[in-house]
Amino acid sequence: MMAAISEHQTVDLREPSGWRRTKNQIATVGMWIAFVVMLVPLGFVLVTVIAKGASAITWQFLTNTTIPVNVLPVTFGGIGAAIVGTLETTGFAALIAIPLGVLGGIYINEYGGNHVLARVINFFADVMTGVPSIIMGLFIFTIWVLHFGYSGLAGSFALACLMLPIIIRSTYEMLRLVPDSLREGSYALGATKARVTVTVVLPAAIGGIVSGALLAVARAAGETAPLIFTILTTQSLNSNLFSGANTALPLLIFQNAQQPYTGAQARAWGAALTLIAIAFILMIIARLVTARFARYAR
Amino acid sequence: MSHAATADPAIPAGSASPLSRRRPLGDRSFQILALSAGLLVLVILVLIAVSMTQQSTTWFTTEGWSGVFSTDWDPAHNKFGAVPFIYGTLVTSAIAIIIAFPVSVGISLLLTEVVPRRWSRPIVYVIDLLAVVPSVVWGLWGILVLAPWLQTIYQDIASGLTGVPVLSTFFGGTGISGASFFTAGLILAVMITPIVTSLSREVIATVPAIDREGAYALGATRWEMIRGAVWPHSQAGVIGALLLGLGRAMGETIAAALVIGSSPTITTHLFTTGYSMPAVIANQFGEATVGVFRAALIGMGVLLFVLTIIINLSARAIVGRSVRRSRGA
Repeated sequence: MMAAISEHQTVDLREPSGWRRTKNQIATVGMWIAFVVMLVPLGFVLVTVIAKGASAITWQFLTNTTIPVNVLPVTFGGIGAAIVGTLETTGFAALIAIPLGVLGGIYINEYGGNHVLARVINFFADVMTGVPSIIMGLFIFTIWVLHFGYSGLAGSFALACLMLPIIIRSTYEMLRLVPDSLREGSYALGATKARVTVTVVLPAAIGGIVSGALLAVARAAGETAPLIFTILTTQSLNSNLFSGANTALPLLIFQNAQQPYTGAQARAWGAALTLIAIAFILMIIARLVTARFARYAR
Repeated sequence: MSHAATADPAIPAGSASPLSRRRPLGDRSFQILALSAGLLVLVILVLIAVSMTQQSTTWFTTEGWSGVFSTDWDPAHNKFGAVPFIYGTLVTSAIAIIIAFPVSVGISLLLTEVVPRRWSRPIVYVIDLLAVVPSVVWGLWGILVLAPWLQTIYQDIASGLTGVPVLSTFFGGTGISGASFFTAGLILAVMITPIVTSLSREVIATVPAIDREGAYALGATRWEMIRGAVWPHSQAGVIGALLLGLGRAMGETIAAALVIGSSPTITTHLFTTGYSMPAVIANQFGEATVGVFRAALIGMGVLLFVLTIIINLSARAIVGRSVRRSRGA
């Protein structure tokens, strides 16, 4: 009796009591569990790739340009051909997609206004980011490879198709943040629209645009599906981007993952670590660029 | 004036002066350049549909509707039925969505409602890391590390469930394999979590502060505030985000190709080997030099393209409407 009264006196109306409070705590714990559930596979993958990849990687592994047959252990040959292939195809894809993507973003934000066409392009660029990467590979296969044969160039086209909508969207988002007063000030000085866009608006948004483009490149560098149908595969170096079958790190991993031989699997882990390192470096550069040059943050 | 501007797209919206009709050549050509870069998106999408459909017509003409939508896939005997692959695609992406939904909504609520802002940044970085890991690396890890480990677990579950009515139809059966529908679904779930999380977070962040404060002022706990103020507001947007994740899961190729087990079977047993549309295209394209075989694989690409476009269109419409509505309010 006494206990009940004293408990009653200490009840704080600001504090929910009993079951309601427990439910709240359960929910909070649930959210943290969701976060941990996501961390576990990420940590697991990174640790495995680093552990298994690091033991495969040597200077020779990275630079030797002959990918040996699957039965040979990892000490033979190297994945240099695949690294060159990845850098060439992704680099050329970036050369195609970045200017086009930035121009597309400029059209939507600077010229489109509320035009139906600009809104349609914006919407479909958004939809195109969701088109599976394998479709881009098949598309380039039907439109290019059937007529001109397999080559690194075809792979670049497929990756460029993948990057284009991402870059358009990120450029558009960044240009939207540039205040109109900058544009108006430049018009007041008599500048043409193209000049205003190129010399005032673009420099103001360049940090975000570059970082968005780098993230798109990082994503494309890790893509396998578009390359299967476009660059085929080869075991030796083909530095000519424009003709002949080529190879790339993701393709090498894909093929070697299906092999029962430990040598082939070790090469896959080594290539995976190299690929992740390339993607992470691009991502870190993107972050640094954002931190250093982004004037208008979201 | 605005009417005139829409009538002549050569005049930029910003310049009202008639002088703009005599804009320098460089100015106009820059605009045309930008416009054509934008139009390229539409051109590519149309070309994808046209060229791939063209290359796959022999599949439809030789097999007919009944052949295309049959369960019989046997390239050696010219049987090209797509149903096992459609089934596998739907099953694996459904598993992925069911797992990704609570995880991504949990994380986005954690980021928006629980942790302070300076903590949420590092968490977002970690999620971005998840998105940077290439799909082939997930596949490599899935087949060489995860699948062998899961095989014993699957076997334990299956033997524990023998005779249990409903559960054993899903988690029992013979021929249990580490590379299976369920493993593929798990990997896909991990892969779509970043995008579903970031989109749900965007939607949840648009819940007006006044709704949150109102709920708190009525004495609600955080969970009650989420149920009463945040969820009704962001429900549609989160469903749209999930649909986008579904589109990604359906089109995910390489990870699925490595861990799904590669056998075109239709079964309710989720721990056995299966196949999906993108996986069969990637795995068998190299062998597909015969006309109809290749046409069938490209045709499945067309099906996949149409499916993902429909899903993306509806998802974007839902997300866009819910974000617009809450911003306008």
